[in-house]
Amino acid sequence: KAKNCGSQKVFHSHVMVATNGSCCSSSSSNAFGSSTVPSGSGTFENMHHLHRGDDAECNGSPAKRCRLRRRTESVRKHRPPFPWFGMDIGGTLVKLVYFEPVDITAEEEQEEVENLKSIRRYLTSNVAYGKTGVRDVHLELRNLTMCGRTGNLHFIRFPTQAMPRFIQMGRDKNFSSLHTTLCATGGGAYKFENDFRMMADLELLKLDELDCLIRGLLFVDRVGFNGHPECYYFQNPSDTQSCVKKPCTLDNPFPMLLVNIGSGVSILAVYSENNYKRVTGTSLGGGTFLGLCCLLTGCETFEEALEMASKGDSTNVDKLVKDIYGGDYERFGLQGSAVASSFGHMMSKEKRDSISKEDLARATLVTITNNIGSIARMCAVNEKIERVVFVGNFLRINTVSTKLLAYAMDYWSKGQLRALFLEHEGYFGAVGALMELLKTTEDP
Amino acid sequence: MAECGRVDSNTSHTMDKSITLPPDEIFRNLENAKRFAIDIGGSLTKLAYYSTVQHKVAKVRSFDHTAKAAGDKLYEISMQEEVTARLHFIKFENAYIETCLDFIKDHLVNTETKVIKATGGGAHKFKELIERKLGLKVDKEDEMTCLIKGCNFVLRNIPHEAFVYAKHADSEFRFQTTNPDIFPYLLVNIGSGVSIVKVESEDKFERIGGSSIGGGTFWGLGALLTKTKRFDELLQLASKGQHASVDMLVKDIYGGSYGYLGLTGDLIASSFGKSATADKEFSKEDMAKSLLHMISNDIGQLACLYAKLHNLSRVYFGGFFIRGHPVTMHTITYSINFFTKGEVQALFLRHEGYLGAIGAFLKGAEEDNPNQYSWGENYAGSSGLMSVSPDMNPMQRARSGTFDMLEMDRLERQLVNLPLLQDPSSYIPDTVDLTEDAPAREYWLYCFEEALDGVVKRAVASQPDMPEAALRAEKFRQKYRHKLQTLRQQPFAYGSLTVRSLLDTREHCLNEFNFPDPYSKIKQRENDIALKYYQKAVKSLDELSWEEKQFALVRGVLAGNVFDWGAKAVSDVLESDPEFGFEEAKRQLEDNSGVDIILGVMPFVRELLSRGTEVVLASNSGPALNDVTNGELQILTERIAAMDPVIEAGLREDRLLLVQSGSSSPCLDLSRLDKVLAMVVRERQTDLVIIEGMGRAIHTNYYAMLSCESLKMAVIKNSWLADRLGGKLFSVVFKYEVPVGKPNKDCGAFSPC
Repeated sequence: KAKNCGSQKVFHSHVMVATNGSCCSSSSSNAFGSSTVPSGSGTFENMHHLHRGDDAECNGSPAKRCRLRRRTESVRKHRPPFPWFGMDIGGTLVKLVYFEPVDITAEEEQEEVENLKSIRRYLTSNVAYGKTGVRDVHLELRNLTMCGRTGNLHFIRFPTQAMPRFIQMGRDKNFSSLHTTLCATGGGAYKFENDFRMMADLELLKLDELDCLIRGLLFVDRVGFNGHPECYYFQNPSDTQSCVKKPCTLDNPFPMLLVNIGSGVSILAVYSENNYKRVTGTSLGGGTFLGLCCLLTGCETFEEALEMASKGDSTNVDKLVKDIYGGDYERFGLQGSAVASSFGHMMSKEKRDSISKEDLARATLVTITNNIGSIARMCAVNEKIERVVFVGNFLRINTVSTKLLAYAMDYWSKGQLRALFLEHEGYFGAVGALMELLKTTEDP
Repeated sequence: MAECGRVDSNTSHTMDKSITLPPDEIFRNLENAKRFAIDIGGSLTKLAYYSTVQHKVAKVRSFDHTAKAAGDKLYEISMQEEVTARLHFIKFENAYIETCLDFIKDHLVNTETKVIKATGGGAHKFKELIERKLGLKVDKEDEMTCLIKGCNFVLRNIPHEAFVYAKHADSEFRFQTTNPDIFPYLLVNIGSGVSIVKVESEDKFERIGGSSIGGGTFWGLGALLTKTKRFDELLQLASKGQHASVDMLVKDIYGGSYGYLGLTGDLIASSFGKSATADKEFSKEDMAKSLLHMISNDIGQLACLYAKLHNLSRVYFGGFFIRGHPVTMHTITYSINFFTKGEVQALFLRHEGYLGAIGAFLKGAEEDNPNQYSWGENYAGSSGLMSVSPDMNPMQRARSGTFDMLEMDRLERQLVNLPLLQDPSSYIPDTVDLTEDAPAREYWLYCFEEALDGVVKRAVASQPDMPEAALRAEKFRQKYRHKLQTLRQQPFAYGSLTVRSLLDTREHCLNEFNFPDPYSKIKQRENDIALKYYQKAVKSLDELSWEEKQFALVRGVLAGNVFDWGAKAVSDVLESDPEFGFEEAKRQLEDNSGVDIILGVMPFVRELLSRGTEVVLASNSGPALNDVTNGELQILTERIAAMDPVIEAGLREDRLLLVQSGSSSPCLDLSRLDKVLAMVVRERQTDLVIIEGMGRAIHTNYYAMLSCESLKMAVIKNSWLADRLGGKLFSVVFKYEVPVGKPNKDCGAFSPC
């Protein structure tokens, strides 16, 4: 699939950037063994563009430092101006990653324009923005080197509904004067493009969300989570008592079935960084969980919904196999405890009158999660892929779902399939968008 | 579901009263009933029983010609009582269950019955009631096993059982020709949950998957969201709603379509996605619609994934979520089409609601080996597919479907495909599908209604010694007229509406009121006369040159074909001028031959025999209009053999075989032929098939493709049809076909060139 072609085209038609040589190739062969995109100018061939800040290069001998500095300066000419953002505008949430350089020299500090400084301070000194913006401090990637600069990667989210206010802020802070490129992915990159242009005089570099998702995911997995693995799975998923979260690495990630659970769900079969296909998707996703919970329980936020769900009992709402057959349905090997009909008890008025909001929230969560698990499992079998990676913000603070998915994969496949999860659940699209920003400058 | 089954005393009282139908029209033939089965679902009960029907049948018997009484009559016709087996299936709301059990108890005479087979979710709940009321032991059968058994049974025995639903098409129902090999298939049963079952053979099936998001989810969640209790009302709400106000569409996220992936803007990205963010009230209708889409799409997607994994292309949907509801059939069809890009079609079943009851019955009747027989839907006794307009008030709908019946007759003969069909799976017997062709439907319904008076008259006249014949004939008129009216409203009621089905329905209705063969006397008279002319006709043919003779023989067959009481143009003439005979027919065709079988077909057969060709002469097993039956033909041939050495030698040397077709219709379905005929065809390596007559060669089989050479001949005896085909009334169709890819080597038995 010639995905890259497409995104480049989009880029050329909408954005003007300084194009005086290569800066940061996210595709140089030593960093991305499987990449097929030609790497940038030979000058920087052997440079590790993307590496962790505690790399030896940062604190070597004076001569080495000198060399490094010269090199850094030359890179600097070609690297995009700060601030570095990557944005993923989804149906429900906007995910924003912000690279905060920590290696700013005094000289740089002086040159730094006031509004750039204020953006940096605003973002890094707060953990909440306005009423709804949140920085996921626990996800921050520290001392990361990107494009020759060392810094911290911050993860911020706010509801898509607040997008007009965000654009307004961009205008108020005179963002356009910074001459930065705002790399954006997700449907909102298209939907809000015109608003950005009209209201804030900003051009978006629109990027395909699945390209970004995969690129961001592979990158974060590679750099790791501040010294720990990004990836984890559940040991003994079928036993609630001994089920434990275990870190792991995606050493050999391909092929993988990537299940991205946002408002809706996309399921991709990924064979290499640039070779993937969207297998299918379902409209029963995180948006459905929250939407139904809001209607059924009157709750207003995802956190509230999950909180309720954690206290509820779905078996008061769902009809189980044993409710129909008195026990297991042996003829078909169905356990009595399996759900026969989600919300099946709710056909009866007495039952409707006897359940709690918590029960309803739990049943909604279980229903949506099991369904995603079921479709993902079928896709994995059809595509003959054993590794199923679940990402997306639906899984944020949602151990009920992650454990259920792990259990469903294991149980129904008789141990053939393994469910994997990633700590930065919903941010990969935004990270992928940021990487595109750092990559674009290599274009002649 | 429990809610539905509960009957509070108040409503049950009014419902008792509402059974005003003569009970013998619902629980028919109860006196002889044995082997009961019951399937109690969430809201509907399906009762099945086996019974026998005593019917008058017209039997022909050769006279002992030594006796004086014989006169000049060829054979005698006697009305005999014959007992045939029939399966009755009745569907009614659970609310009526007690009333119905009482009725059955009062009318059940047969005391051999000790057990009632039961299946369905409600079986255990009503177990005690059934045992108390009927004094029968309730024997529970596995639900899914019953379902599959029932499904196999209807697929095998009811042509046009399966259909594709197309909401916006001229006919919403597109019936499928049944592939003779019904396996393997996928059955997606959408009850409260979803079961996906792969069926590989009669006894081999496996639940390969399922989902907890099913009809119960729609009902349960729907009740919570809309405070609407009834399933039907929820569906009605859904049919009026706009899902886009609740669902987050691709265009809500993208502002347009997601071009890369070819996802259109109207696609649902997140079901109920808007209700998470929008601070507004959503209408019940919109929420119900969104829920319906969510569940239908989800089920469709899973079904497709399973179909793909198991490489199955036939996917049938059933369960209470589907059960004839246009709304759900449409959304499921849409979903399957979307997820398979049109490669798999969602199939639905006309008798889907009966599958469990049929299966449970079959389980109980295994010792009678019902699967050894062929069964046929009785159009007279079956209600047919009800109109299920979503606009109809749910209460009205519930009423109209209060009692629904399906009756299946056990056929005397086992029916199979003609082995010479080029592609049995694509064979469609009927030339015009009146379900889809509205002008043709109008015309033929009108035609059959016009002809009704004549048929009634003929029926009464056929039983002069029976004083109550007039009354029965009147009942027949009412019944058939009602059928025609139903078909006008719901042409899809019994599968594709065709001239054949209209004719068959009439035969079934006539039989229902004990008019087994209204034309027996006419046929007898005609045969008597024709037989007298036989030798003369043969003699004059023999005097012709070879080429002249061939033309004369064909003209003879065609002229005989004019004597068709089913054709309005002809029966008008015959009714007004009783003297109209083959002289008139001959004038119309400028031909010099005699009546149908004796003066038309027999000389033709004789010619074939004398050329050394083996002839298998197939005729109807049972009476239909004035078509000769196998019984009559046996006697006629015997008589002809007595005066014609060629025929005699043919019979003696086994070169002329008289075989029954298995049909009792003026038309012919080559996919349902007598097993013996099929066997003979195969054994004798038949290489030419001649199909004669308007019913068999025009209304049906005009486009039939055979793997051997074939000849279709008929006279168009209907001016409308003649117009349609671009010819004149009494035009001749003579269609000689050589199968594609086969060299026209030996023209076989008959060569017109």
